[in-house]
This record gives sequence, structure tokens and C-alpha cells, in this order.
Amino acid sequence: MAFEFDRITVRRAGRLVLDEVTAWIPAAGITVISGPSGAGKTTLLRLCNRLEVPDEGTVRYRGQPLDELDPLVLRHRVGMVFQRSVPFPGSVADNLAVAHPDAHAGEMSAALARVALDPGLLAQEARTLSGGELQRMSLARTLVTEPETLLLDEPTSALDAQPKQVFENTARELAAQGITIVWVTHDSAQAGRVADRIYQLRDGHMTRATGKAAP
Amino acid sequence: MNDAVSWVGLSVSLLLVAVAAGISWWQRLGLQRQILVAAVRALVQLLLVGAALSLVISPGRSIWWSWLWVVAMLGYAATVARRRAPEVPHLLTLALASFTVAAVVTLGVLFGLHVFPLTGRTLVPIAGMMIGNSMTATVLAGRRLTDELRDKRDEVEARLALGQPSRQAATPYVRAALRAALTPQIETTKATGLVFLPGAMTGLILAGAAPFQAVLVQAVVMFLVLAATATTTTVIALGLIRQLFTPDHRLVYLPAPADH
Repeated sequence: MAFEFDRITVRRAGRLVLDEVTAWIPAAGITVISGPSGAGKTTLLRLCNRLEVPDEGTVRYRGQPLDELDPLVLRHRVGMVFQRSVPFPGSVADNLAVAHPDAHAGEMSAALARVALDPGLLAQEARTLSGGELQRMSLARTLVTEPETLLLDEPTSALDAQPKQVFENTARELAAQGITIVWVTHDSAQAGRVADRIYQLRDGHMTRATGKAAP
Repeated sequence: MNDAVSWVGLSVSLLLVAVAAGISWWQRLGLQRQILVAAVRALVQLLLVGAALSLVISPGRSIWWSWLWVVAMLGYAATVARRRAPEVPHLLTLALASFTVAAVVTLGVLFGLHVFPLTGRTLVPIAGMMIGNSMTATVLAGRRLTDELRDKRDEVEARLALGQPSRQAATPYVRAALRAALTPQIETTKATGLVFLPGAMTGLILAGAAPFQAVLVQAVVMFLVLAATATTTTVIALGLIRQLFTPDHRLVYLPAPADH
């Protein structure tokens, strides 16, 4: 089991964002958390690498409560790609070096190749990449730390159909390589395309998982 | 001092306030009342401070009265900084700490190494200049760093999510804030003597000191202010980082200034 959510409650500014959510996410394949905007999906994802902590309840990663794990080690094991990719100043190589300062050119090229980006882009200014390239560069930036799990927060919401499909294919390939993927989306069609199992989150409540590999 | 301003001279100089108020009236700025209130308030405050200072630094008075005055200035400056930038968390404590560190460093050099003799007459004005200039830089640095971390939250969290410790994730924004806070002082230092004659030097010359002696004092004051602003802004920035990130490397929620 990758993640276990045990009666998780999160309140923000007096509003109940997650209400005693209990669920578990298997290590294999792609788990999609779907639901409308404001349902608490992003909050649930941010709990997984401790960018946020719950007010009540326990999140466990591979059996260990997150508050017993070193957050810096956890974030190397559990990478995250955000809805709005932010390039750091400098080239694509500079961006990858933020994640892995000791990475050599070969490792960086391999990381770009894993996300279907031309390794020739390494020297390019990151801010000049297209939206699709930027999102895949963010994925490569996360992959260069060799995480075992990827958290994807609406990673294709700003992309057109073609780059969206490329990203989905890349994610499927990564899952096939053994990387656990937790994917948040409000796009039910996309959820159907990429998911091995789907959780629905609505008004802070989680439904039972559905799909071909539901736990 | 032969060139002392008399009470009559002071009254005549109020004509200049009338000029400012007249311009406001002519251009319909609606600032006449504020200009008059500011001028009267400044005059009353200066007269009160002058009377208090006469007591504190009069010959034969213990130096401890001057130190007490410095401590009061530190406290007051910290409350002013807090009032000017309410969006910066814990600024009162941080400003107090940073002014104290800057005071130890700068006054330690100037008085410890006998650049100036330690008397009430030197301690109070030098500490005043150090604290006054540091206060502006402190507000600038604190505000800029808080703004950077709030406005670039996505970028900061992307760094944290890659496993960077909070101190490292904050480094680019700390540098930007320190540069923004120190650059005006550096520019002022560069332009001194060419573009304007600074206050301490002007005051000394008006009081009858030899210009070269006034220049030496002013140079020391400029260096004092440079060191003080660099020290206070760095202490503020490093202290703020400890407040704005949790021990487990999360960025705390930073409300927009309008939310206050």
C-alpha cells in the first residue's frame, strides 16, 4: 500500500476541506482522485508529501506515519508536479540541477527522454518552453530525483489535446516502469483514460474506489 | 557657536512652511492642513527632544542615562517598523533583535576602537542615526521578503517539493529582499558629496565646525549606516525565514496585506 488516509480532517479558515476521509492508495498503477473544483483534491495530494498537514487523523506512506518520516527524505521519495508549472530562472539544465545538483549531463538527458522531451533542450532557457514542454520539464525535474511515487495535481489542465495526450502516455509508461502515480483531475474523461482506479471526492468526502484495479 | 538660530530666525523660517502650504492651496492639493500639522508637530517634538537631550547629555550626567535613551530609541523604532509593515509577522520582536545586533556591531566598532570618545554627546546622536536608517531598511527588507514568499508561493513550494530544505528554498528570495533593501543606501553613499550634502555634515558646518572635520565625521556616519543597514536587514531576513517556514519545511499561510 502506498498511502493510507486514516480519518483525515482538514479545516481551512473555518471551512471543512476534508471530513474524516479514510482511504488507501495501492502502490501499483495510476490512482485518480476526481471531483469538482473545491472538493479538496489538491489538499489531499499536498498531504501526501507534507506540504500540508491534517488537523486530525494520520497519513501513512508505505506503512509509516508521515510525521515520523524526515520530510526532506519523503519529498525525494514522493515527487510532485503542480497544476501550474513554474520554471526556475535559467536553462532547463539549471532547473534539473535545482532538484539534483550533482546530476551529470547524461542523467539529465535521460530524464528528458523519459518524458518525451528532446535532450537538446537542456541548454534552452526554461521560460521559453511551450506550455506542454514546460509541464513535461517539471515532470523531468521531479524524475531526476528518482522518486518511487509521483503526485500529479491537474498537470494537463492548461494543455491542448495533443500535448495532453503526450503527457498521459508518458505517465502510463512511468506507471508501467513501477512508479506509483496519484493523479488529481476534475476531467472525468481523462480519469477514465489513465486510471487503474478512481476515487471521487466531493465536499470533503471520499467515495469508494471504482475501476479495473480498485482495492 | 556664533551662527546659532535665534527664536526670531526660527519664526521667520516658518515662511517656508507657508510656501509649501501656499503651493498646496494654489494647486488644490488639499494638503495645507496636513503640512501645517506636520510642521507644528515636528517643531514641538524637536523642542521636547532638545529639552530632554539637554538633560541626558549635559556635562557631569552619568552615561547610563544616554544608554537608557538608546534603549528607548530601539524600542520605539521597533514599534514604528511594526506599524509601518503590519503584514510582516513578528516584526516587533525581529526588529528589536536586529537593531540590538546592529547596535552591538556598529557601536562596538566606533566606541570600542575609539573612533569616537564614548560620551553622551556622541552616543545618542550616533545611535540615533544608526537606528533611524536601519528602521527604513528593516521595513523594506521585511516587506519585500514577505511579499516575495507570498507572491511566489508556487515557486517556493516547487522547490520544497523537490526536497530542498526551507532555508535553501528561500535563498533566492532572501537575496532579492536584501538587495532591494540595501541598494538605496549604497546609491545614497555613492552620491554623497556630489549630489547632496548629508545631514550630519551640513549640521556640523552650520554649527561652525571646519568643513574637513565635518567631512570626516560624515564619512564615519555613512560607513556606520551601511554596516547597520546590512546587519539589520540580514538579521530580519534570517529571522523571518524561521517564522515563515515550519520546522518540517512547510511555508506558512501568508495573508495578502488587504486581509489585515
